[in-house]
Amino acid sequence: MKNLIVIRNLALLFAVAAGVALWSGCGQQGAPAGKSGALSSSAAEKVYVAPGEKDEFYAFLSGGFSGQVSVHGLPSGRLFKIIPVFSVDAEKGYGFNEETKAMLNTSHGFIPWDDAHHPELSQTNGETDGRWLFINANNTPRIARIDLSTFETVEIVEIPNSGGNHSSPFTTENTEYVVAGTRFGVPYPQQDVPISSYAEKFKGMLTYVKVDPETGHMDIAFQILLPAFDYDLAHSGKGKSHGWTFFTTYNTEQKHSLLEVAASQRDKDFIAAVNWKKAEEYLAQGKYHEVPARYALNRYDDETHMATSTIKDKVKVLIPEECPGMVYFLPTPKSPHGVDVDPTGEYIVGNGKLSADLTVHSFTKMMQAIENESFETVIEGIPVLKYEDVVAGVVKEAGLGPLHTEFDDRGYGYTSFFISSEVVKWKVGTWEVVDRVPTYYSIGHLMIPGGDSRKPQGKYLVALNKITKDRYLPTGPELCHAAQLYDISGDKMELLLDFPTMGEPHYAQGISADRIIPRQKKFFKLEENKHPYAAKGEKEGRVERKGNEVHVYMTTIRSHFAPDNIEGIKVGDKVYFHVTNLEQDWDVPHGFAIMGANNAELLIMPGQTETLLWEPKAEGVYPFYCTDFCSALHQEMQGYVRVSPRNANVALKWWLGEEEPVQ
Amino acid sequence: MKRLPQILMLLASLLLAGLFIWPMWRITLVAPQYPNGVTMYIYINKIGGESESTLQNINILNHYVGMKPIVPESIPELQYFQWIVLGMIVLGLLAAIVNRRSAFLAWAVVMTVLAAAGLYDFYLWEYDYGHNLSPDAPIKIPGASYQPPLIGTKTILNFVATSLPHTSGIMAGLAIVLALAAWWLKGKTESDEKAPARRARRAGARVHAIA
Repeated sequence: MKNLIVIRNLALLFAVAAGVALWSGCGQQGAPAGKSGALSSSAAEKVYVAPGEKDEFYAFLSGGFSGQVSVHGLPSGRLFKIIPVFSVDAEKGYGFNEETKAMLNTSHGFIPWDDAHHPELSQTNGETDGRWLFINANNTPRIARIDLSTFETVEIVEIPNSGGNHSSPFTTENTEYVVAGTRFGVPYPQQDVPISSYAEKFKGMLTYVKVDPETGHMDIAFQILLPAFDYDLAHSGKGKSHGWTFFTTYNTEQKHSLLEVAASQRDKDFIAAVNWKKAEEYLAQGKYHEVPARYALNRYDDETHMATSTIKDKVKVLIPEECPGMVYFLPTPKSPHGVDVDPTGEYIVGNGKLSADLTVHSFTKMMQAIENESFETVIEGIPVLKYEDVVAGVVKEAGLGPLHTEFDDRGYGYTSFFISSEVVKWKVGTWEVVDRVPTYYSIGHLMIPGGDSRKPQGKYLVALNKITKDRYLPTGPELCHAAQLYDISGDKMELLLDFPTMGEPHYAQGISADRIIPRQKKFFKLEENKHPYAAKGEKEGRVERKGNEVHVYMTTIRSHFAPDNIEGIKVGDKVYFHVTNLEQDWDVPHGFAIMGANNAELLIMPGQTETLLWEPKAEGVYPFYCTDFCSALHQEMQGYVRVSPRNANVALKWWLGEEEPVQ
Repeated sequence: MKRLPQILMLLASLLLAGLFIWPMWRITLVAPQYPNGVTMYIYINKIGGESESTLQNINILNHYVGMKPIVPESIPELQYFQWIVLGMIVLGLLAAIVNRRSAFLAWAVVMTVLAAAGLYDFYLWEYDYGHNLSPDAPIKIPGASYQPPLIGTKTILNFVATSLPHTSGIMAGLAIVLALAAWWLKGKTESDEKAPARRARRAGARVHAIA
């Protein structure tokens, strides 16, 4: 009997030992990759871009409250460039030099900062074409256009009659328009009224900005006056639904205080479906109201190397009551955030952020319901379609807090769930959930290259996370935001990489590098430089005085400024250094910095002219130098400006080399 | 077949026209910072590069070690060499028209002498640029010279310089070969034409011997 017990105990011991071995084996193989940090070597190989090799995709991430756009490579996650857009950037002199100040001009004057949310690539036939990147400013409503041959902001248009440009820019499939929708209802026209008059006096404006197919030049084509809901996000139709744009709304309760409760009461808010081709017809018929509206239109010219700002004073407004068939409301649960159209253009996904479900509408059913005039009610001339008439399916209890969906090229949708912090993959048409992966932590938007176009390139997915907590080395109270890269080429999504981002990326766009590389401008041709203060050779280097304004025509070439010695400047002068970079080769910028400058440096690309205003406050001799390590003799690239008292009699002189005047 | 030497001579002179279209020589400089290299093309009447700014970029690099800037306008050969080439084309055409062996040979010999003189001149310019350095050069390396190779590859400081004939240079070389071929073939066909008479004479001699 005793022996039996011993044997039984031994057997138990073996069983426990075996179980431990089994369990630890599982632990090594099946540990959640994100938490343990033990990524498989194949994941490392997938993101490894060997030195000298190039990434397969460009990723453009919005900077959020940094106001800029950052350019990364995928799959490596490496950061290539920060493109200044809505915020001044002392590094590049953007918003500080005389040429780019006008880019940040608005009807409110010069604005040095904004909140950049949603980058959007230009498209041709519903496919990203690599020409331009658009992005919206949320705080002081604007849309910017970045030229992807120079990776510089070349145009910014202000959006009047708006407050908080959030549902923007979201292009149509041939970049006919980029759109803007006000996130905040504002009085229309803007005026001094009690806030409590919200329901009567406030409105919500949608704006269509026309994009010239050749030059990319933007201007406001028309606006559509809607109830003062909060217009959150948008996407234009594609394929069969080309000609329509869909905007999500929240706060259809039209409240103006404690919105977190007051604007979350209704079971359903709306997706506004706008037939912009119909709007074009009404515009052509003259059924618009031309109303006063001040807005700035700022353009940068690559030949004058200079931005100009024009203040416009009116817009054309269309009113749905007068334009039947232009706008419909689709009831959608619940305070939907993203509205995303699948690659075929048939399905319109409402990401009801306060619900667990995804609501998918059918474009065909919507058109049928419109034809049958099957309306639930009419709000300010806008028919509200019946939910059951338009809904195609529901992805049920997929997660908590769906925000945004993108698509691959194999018939799947990928939705970010903020609250449950995960990406959920589901089948378009059957609405079944097929896979889910956690994100670290609290994903906002996500991005698949081409994932909001007709031709997604469904190899990678980038999750844009709001919170990083313990994922990185700590950096004080403010921690970095981060992106995570997933391989979605197989049945199961696989986490490959974490990388920190600039600011808070709200959305991103991705595109295969071969659509961008051939467009690259390597330098500006000096002979095409039409800057009024350009000096196209060292012989043109000179200094001219006009009263207390002094204009220095200066050149740079490895490794000197011409002129590099200047005398005859006086305290109280406004000295404009117009610096032309004479280099005509790729990757040879020169910098210009002068002691005591109250603005920034200049960073001048080859063939470009930029201007820094310098106002010396005390007499003395002040050095200036090149800030961009340009050559073996970069450290010798320096000069002096002599500043004399206001009433001094020092002659204006300049030279380069042994007391030899440049002139 | 009888006209072949004349056609070859005609082709030889026409090949020289390539000198007015394509570069005759190229020099490529490769360095870590210039992975694709900087390539300078030498034409009969100008110096160019992959882009309009190549020469400026090479001159910027050269100035660190005190080399003179390459200014095509100051190189007289670029002005008058083209007239010599034009003259050789005309002479070549004349040689083809007169269709005489001696004319073919004379043309080939003159071309060879001119080509050799041109290469020697090119060498002298390279020597001058590589050795005649400014005493104020920012970077001075005792005993160093920066002469690129006439033909072949050579390491000059951080650059690997490769100098090779290019399209029209090769065509000019081919022109000499064709002219020599024309001379040789012409000789062969002429001797073939005289051959029956020779055979007859030899046959006669044998008859005499037997007798």
